[in-house]
Amino acid sequence: MKFLKFLVIGILFGIMMAKSEIISWYRIQEMFRFQSFHMFGIIGIAVISGIIGVMVIKKFNIKDFNGNPIVFHPKEKSIIRYIVGGTIFGMGWALSGACPGPMVVNIGYGFLNMGIVFLFSILGTYLYGVLRSKLPH
Amino acid sequence: MTDFFTQSWSWWFTGIVISSIMFILLFLGQSFGFSSNLRTICAAAGAGKNVSFFNFNWKSQLWNIVFLAGAIIGGTLAGTVLNSNEPIVISPSTVSDLQELGFSSPTGLQPDELFAWESVATLKGFLILAIGGLFIGFGSRYAGGCTSGHAISGLSSLQIPSLIAVIGFFIGGLLMTHILFPLIF
Repeated sequence: MKFLKFLVIGILFGIMMAKSEIISWYRIQEMFRFQSFHMFGIIGIAVISGIIGVMVIKKFNIKDFNGNPIVFHPKEKSIIRYIVGGTIFGMGWALSGACPGPMVVNIGYGFLNMGIVFLFSILGTYLYGVLRSKLPH
Repeated sequence: MTDFFTQSWSWWFTGIVISSIMFILLFLGQSFGFSSNLRTICAAAGAGKNVSFFNFNWKSQLWNIVFLAGAIIGGTLAGTVLNSNEPIVISPSTVSDLQELGFSSPTGLQPDELFAWESVATLKGFLILAIGGLFIGFGSRYAGGCTSGHAISGLSSLQIPSLIAVIGFFIGGLLMTHILFPLIF
């Protein structure tokens, strides 16, 4: 039962991803061609409202629903892994038109072939785990 | 009211919903990052026996797998009961750019040229989806996160690594769209 709330938020996430058309390959193409404001507006509003909310949480030391402090885990400092990993990710994102969240929303929507993208993204993650010690971080 | 849910959502409303989801997860003691699920699935499948990267307490991530299951259900609801069947409105310049590459005008959310069964049944069509997925899975873990973890959660807490990752996302996306697309399609 403790998982029910996460299921509900996931459903909201899925509806939002589909109804805003973020899951559409065409929308990602518009974004990478700078021919529509839609995706930039979505990410912009999400980040601006996110920054404001995080500042409020930090300033007033707001606790979570269980009374624990909300911690923001700092990501480890590096440049190479973020630039190289990010670039590889971006190439895949533009090619298949979906990042991991939208992939599964697409499957639910009825685009079952997105399952191929999803399965291979699991394989790609596995490959990273195997090669991890040999990659510059 | 039903119209509100069935029609396409505006960019500003969608942006607010995304950050709200991030904050709800924070208040539930978790953090918003979808691609971690790919690592969890590897770990749950037993990859931790041979590869130490997958040897962690993946059961602590079950909440995120439930979130993923919800996302699939949400997609189904959006594609059925909440579907207005309105045509998708894509920028005319994008449509004409894509026509030059051999894509017909959009009729739904996804192009048949990539996602219809007859496209996937060709070697090229299959490889496009497979390589796309492979790059996303590999790249997101190498970069330590995807759009949700870096572009939303990371940028919201003003993390420089996330900004570098998002710049990387765009380098990769622009490279694929403007340099590689004309060679692939």
